[in-house]
Amino acid sequence: MNVPLAGAKFPAPLGLLAELTHRCPLACPYCSNPLALENRADELNAATWSRVFREAVALGVLHVHLSGGEPASRRDLLEIAGAAHDVGLYTNLITSSVGLDALRLARLKEVGLDHVQLSLQDIDAASADRIADYAGAHARKLTSARLVVELGLALTINVVIHRANIDHVTALVELAAVLGAGRVEIAHAQYYGWALHNRCALMPTWAQVHQAMLAVEQIRPHYADRLVIDLVVPDYYARRPKACMGGWARRSLNVTPSGRVLPCHAAETIPGLQFWSVREHPLQAIWRDSPAFQAFRGTEWMTEPCRSCALREIDFGGCRCQALAIAGDARAADPACELSPHHPRMLALAEQESSEADIRYSYRGRGQRIETVAVSKELSDFGI
Amino acid sequence: MQDKEASQVPVCPRLAPGVRLHFDATRDAWVLLGPERVIETEGPANEILRRCDGRRTVTQIVDELAGLYSADRSVIADDVNDLLAELAAKRMLAA
Repeated sequence: MNVPLAGAKFPAPLGLLAELTHRCPLACPYCSNPLALENRADELNAATWSRVFREAVALGVLHVHLSGGEPASRRDLLEIAGAAHDVGLYTNLITSSVGLDALRLARLKEVGLDHVQLSLQDIDAASADRIADYAGAHARKLTSARLVVELGLALTINVVIHRANIDHVTALVELAAVLGAGRVEIAHAQYYGWALHNRCALMPTWAQVHQAMLAVEQIRPHYADRLVIDLVVPDYYARRPKACMGGWARRSLNVTPSGRVLPCHAAETIPGLQFWSVREHPLQAIWRDSPAFQAFRGTEWMTEPCRSCALREIDFGGCRCQALAIAGDARAADPACELSPHHPRMLALAEQESSEADIRYSYRGRGQRIETVAVSKELSDFGI
Repeated sequence: MQDKEASQVPVCPRLAPGVRLHFDATRDAWVLLGPERVIETEGPANEILRRCDGRRTVTQIVDELAGLYSADRSVIADDVNDLLAELAAKRMLAA
């Protein structure tokens, strides 16, 4: 008898990111949603989401991530989550939990929610609420985390890290463990959408990044029996690019609140791409035939150094949006790759921006108010 | 190392919260789903996991599998223990 765990290769998509709304009570400066958000009036209704979920399952999708914005801002969240569960999808709610009380969480469990991914901004309320620009958010999140675990739902704590909170990774992992999470995701800010606008205030120094990675490796064995810790090297300090999305149009799709289907969350930053909508086309046709999905699928579109690179089917040239943002060409190699001629400039940019002593956030939708966070002298001195 | 892994497997194993078996009709395959994870579970693996209900002991699971498959009981026991140790290491079994 032989019981292989390693699965066969799945050519069909595995995951669907369902952005139920762009509305959000928080104003995190690292928000990677676009500068121009979609309106509430244009949001897909629950019946359309239900149809999209059925089509996703037929296409091979197994995981659905209900996201936003804040998905709890939708009054029909229960109906939408229930529809996802009813067609057999593993249903994950990505939330700040603002807008979720004990009753609503219990009902989400009843309709079949499998997993909650809850974001934290920092270890203490003062700093966390300043980052989210929402008084009381942190305390509510701690309460929600405990409720989720008490309900027997699986919990992942997600923390986006950046210059103001990266030195707290050890304490953040400890906090996730205390809250009863089964998994903690330490995710470096990704500089798209609103986050790009705040990059100068968010970029950590290399010394901070290095220290955080060492700290996590040190504590990892201590939590081996109760916590999965996922930490990824940030692109700006990487030597090789990540296979963004597991390769363009290979593993997952992203549906915006109004129904536009994107190969990745930030794909709309690439000019000239034509996105199809679930209002006009079935998901299967969009996945197979829409111009945006065909644009960078496989390796045919590549230029050098990717085209002849031995790793081209491993990293698929990295991130197209980052290639556009830094190299000015979506077909170029991701400048996170040291083979890119733009790599030294990207690293220099990170080093320069991270050396700013003060952190000034520009908050979305909060007028011109700018929040300044003082950074201790010791931290800023680490600038390389 | 083997002992350490084996010691993490509870006497009566069950899947961790947020982990469940699912039949994927599109791929005509059983899969184990968890947060950010998909693991294909072919025939015997699926038979083992279906029995991880928190009531059956590992020994009972091995006995039942021995009734289903013609292999030696010791071979089946090794396979069951290996699979459960691997899942425990991935935090996919309840502690």
